[in-house]
Amino acid sequence: MKIRKVLFLAAIMGSTAFAAQSQTLRIGLESDPDALDPDKSRTFVGRIVFTALCDKLIDVTPDLELVPQLATEWTVSEDGKTIDMTLREGVTFHDGTPFDAEAVKANIERSQTLEDSVRKSEVSSIESVEAVDATHVKLHLSAPDAPLLAQLADRSGMMLSPASFEGDVAANPVCSGPFKFKSRVAQDKIELEKYAEYWNADAIQLDAVTYLPIPDSTVRLANLQSGDLDLINRLAATDVQAVEGNADLAFARADGLGYQGITFNTANGSKSENPFGQDARLREALSLAIDREAINQVVFAGLNAPASQFVSAASPYFDPAYPVPARDLEKAKELIAEAGVEGDLTLELQAPNRPENQRVVQMIQAMAAEAGIKIDIVAKEFATMLADQQAGDFQASQVGWSGRIDPDGNIYGFVSTDGGFNDGKYSNPEIDRILAEARAVSDPAKRKELYHQANEILMAELPLFYIYNEAWLYGVSSGIEGFSPSPDGMIRLEGVAKSE
Amino acid sequence: MLSYLVRRLLISIPTLILISIFVFALQKLLPGDPVLALAGDDRDPETLNRLRELYHLNDPIWMQYLHWVRGAVQGDLGQSIRTGLPVSDMILSKLPVTIQLAVMSMIFAAAIGIPAGIISAVRKGTVTDYIANIVALSGLSIPNFWLGIMLILLVSVKWQLLPASGYVPLTEDPVQSVRTMLMPAFVLGTALAASLMRHTRSAMLGVLRQDYVRTARAKGLTERTVVLHHAFRNALTPVVTLAALLFGELIAGAVLTEQIFTIPGFGKMIVDAVFNRDYAVVQGVVLVTALGFILMNLVADTCYVLLNPRLRVS
Repeated sequence: MKIRKVLFLAAIMGSTAFAAQSQTLRIGLESDPDALDPDKSRTFVGRIVFTALCDKLIDVTPDLELVPQLATEWTVSEDGKTIDMTLREGVTFHDGTPFDAEAVKANIERSQTLEDSVRKSEVSSIESVEAVDATHVKLHLSAPDAPLLAQLADRSGMMLSPASFEGDVAANPVCSGPFKFKSRVAQDKIELEKYAEYWNADAIQLDAVTYLPIPDSTVRLANLQSGDLDLINRLAATDVQAVEGNADLAFARADGLGYQGITFNTANGSKSENPFGQDARLREALSLAIDREAINQVVFAGLNAPASQFVSAASPYFDPAYPVPARDLEKAKELIAEAGVEGDLTLELQAPNRPENQRVVQMIQAMAAEAGIKIDIVAKEFATMLADQQAGDFQASQVGWSGRIDPDGNIYGFVSTDGGFNDGKYSNPEIDRILAEARAVSDPAKRKELYHQANEILMAELPLFYIYNEAWLYGVSSGIEGFSPSPDGMIRLEGVAKSE
Repeated sequence: MLSYLVRRLLISIPTLILISIFVFALQKLLPGDPVLALAGDDRDPETLNRLRELYHLNDPIWMQYLHWVRGAVQGDLGQSIRTGLPVSDMILSKLPVTIQLAVMSMIFAAAIGIPAGIISAVRKGTVTDYIANIVALSGLSIPNFWLGIMLILLVSVKWQLLPASGYVPLTEDPVQSVRTMLMPAFVLGTALAASLMRHTRSAMLGVLRQDYVRTARAKGLTERTVVLHHAFRNALTPVVTLAALLFGELIAGAVLTEQIFTIPGFGKMIVDAVFNRDYAVVQGVVLVTALGFILMNLVADTCYVLLNPRLRVS
C-alpha cells in the first residue's frame, strides 16, 4: 500500500516536472478564428493560427519579398500564362502522407470547386494544374495574373493532406506546417503540438502552442501580466507604457500593411448626392484639414505611421511623389471657396463604434471644423456599418483594410468599377485600364510605373484617402526569446523559445 | 404531483415556440447580414451570394423559420456560419461550463446572502443591520465587469493567487477547474447575494413578528433555536423561489463575466454570435436558455410545495 502511494506521488510529481519543462507557448488573440479550413477561412486571426499549422507554397519576408516555403523555386513564362514550380522534397503532411505535385493539384482544385470555398476568386485565373512529376508542377493560367503569387503566399497556397479532404477539415485540419492540430474548444482555445517530422524541425524549439481568444484588450494584458499568457496580439496603444514599465514584459512592434482611411460615396445611390460625393476639391479640402501626425500622436502614442497612399512606406511600390500631406488650412479653405459651396458645409461620417476609431473621427471632426467643415459622426457597430456601406447608405465612412503584400490587393477591389469593395461606386475607365494592366504584367518595374500612374489619378480624384498605417503591437513575456514581428501581422514561431 | 409537473412541462411547449418566433423575428431586424459580417477580407460579391444561398439567407423569413423548426424538433439546431460546427454540439459542449459557473455562483450567493439576511433581520436597526444593508447595496450596484477586472488585477496580476483565465473542464482537472472558476463565480455570486440578502431579511422580519415565534421564545427556547428552526424554516419558502428565479439573472450576468474571464460558456457564445450575426447559434442558445428558465421555475414551484405542506393538500 505504502509503495503504491509513493509510486503514485512520484508519478504525479514526475508529470508536473514534465509539464514545467515542456515548452508550450500561450498566445492571446483578439478574437476566435472561424473555420480552420484554408478554403473556408475568412478571419485575420485564422491566418495567424494557420501560420503555425499549414505551410504555404510561398512565404513572405519582413521586407515583403516572396520566398520559398513548400515551393523551392518558380518561374513565370514570357507570356505570363504558365507558372513552373519546383517543390520541396521530403515533406510530409501531419498524417504521414507525402507532399507532392498531385497534392498541389488536389489542393488548388479543391479551392476552385468546393461548394463554400471563399478562395474561388483568388485562384480563378488558374485554368489547369499539371503535375509534371512528383516535384514539379505547372500552373496554366487563362490570362496573366501577377497577384497570384502573393495569393499562393496566403491561404490559397496552403496545402492540406488530400487524404483528409473526405473528413471534416475544419474540425481536424491536416497540413504540413511545424505544428499539428491537437484540439479546439470553440471560443476557448486552439491547441497545436510540434510535428516531429517537419522538414524544418530544427528551427522549432517549442513543443506546443495554444491560442486563446480574449477580445478585451485590458483583460488580454492582465493575462499577460499574471503570467497566464506568454504573448498577446493587438496590444492597445494606450497600454504600451504599462508593458514597457514592467520588467517581466517586453514590447514588440512592426509596421503593418493595413491602413485606415475615409471612403466617400461618389456614385452609390442618392446618398452620394452631397457636396463631398460630387466634388473632389472638397474631399481634398478635408484631407488637407487633417493633421495625420497629430492623430497618430494623440490616439496612438505615435506608434502607427501617418499614411498617404494605398501601400505603406515599407512597400517597394510606394510612390515618393506623394508623401504624407502636411496640414494646410489655408489651402483647404481656398479649395472650399473655389468649389463655391453655398450655406453650411456638412458631411455625415460613419465610423465603427470601437473606442480607437471614435477618437480618430472626433479629432477629424475638430480639425475639419477649423476649415469650416461640419462633420456629423455616426457611430455604428461594425457589421451594421459594412452593410450600410455596401447598400450605399452613407456619405463617408471611416474604414480600413488589413493590407496585402501585393499592391493589387490593396487597391483593385476598392476603386475599379467592378471591384468587390468599391462601396462608393467610384468609376473611372482610365483607372480600370491601368489596374487591369498592372495585374497582367509580371515585371515589377513596369507594375510600379503603372501603380504610380494610378496614384496620380487617384490623388486628384480622392474617392478615398488614407490617414494612417496600422502597426502591429505585441506584449511579450520576457521569458520568450526569438520572437520578431512581421509586417503581415502573422506570428511566426521559427526560432521562438521559452527560457524558463 | 407528477401529473402537475407533466402538465406544467406541456404548457411550456407553446411558450418555447413563441420565444423562438420572437427571437427569430427580432434578429432579422438587426442590421447587417452574417455573411458580410464574416466576410471582412473576402467581400467578393459572388462569394457572398453563394454563401447566402448555402445558408438559406436569401429565402423569405418564414421559410427560414420553418426550415429551422423542422431541424430543431429533430434535435438539429443548424450549423454555425462562423465555425461551421453543428449548433447542438456547440451548446452541449458549453452546457457543463455554464452549469458549473451557475452552481458555484449560487453557492457563493447563498453562503453570503442568506446568513447576512438572517443576521440583519435579527439585529434589525443595529449597526450590523446597516452595514449588511450597505454591503448588499454595493453588491447590487457594482457592475460585474468592473469588479471582474479589479479582481483580475489584484488577485491574478498583483498577488498571483488565481489564474486570470484558462478554463479547464471539471472532468479534466477538478482542482484547477475550481480555481479558474472561483473569481467569476464570486463576481456573479455577489450580485445575486445582494438580492438574496434583502429577501431573506424581509422574509425573516415577517416571520419573527409571528405569534408562534413569540410562543417559542416564551417556552424558553434559545434564541438560536428560535431563529434557525422556527423562523428561518418558514422564511425559506420565498427565498427558495427567488433563488430559482435568480437563475435568469445568472445567465444574463454570465454574458459579461464570461467575457472578462474568457470562460467558454453560454454568455460568451451568445455575445460572439450576436456580433457575428450567427443566427443559428443565437437561436439555439436562446431556446436552450429559455428551456432552462422554465425548468428552474418548475423547480421553484416544486420546492414551494415541498416546503409548504398546506399547498400539498390543495
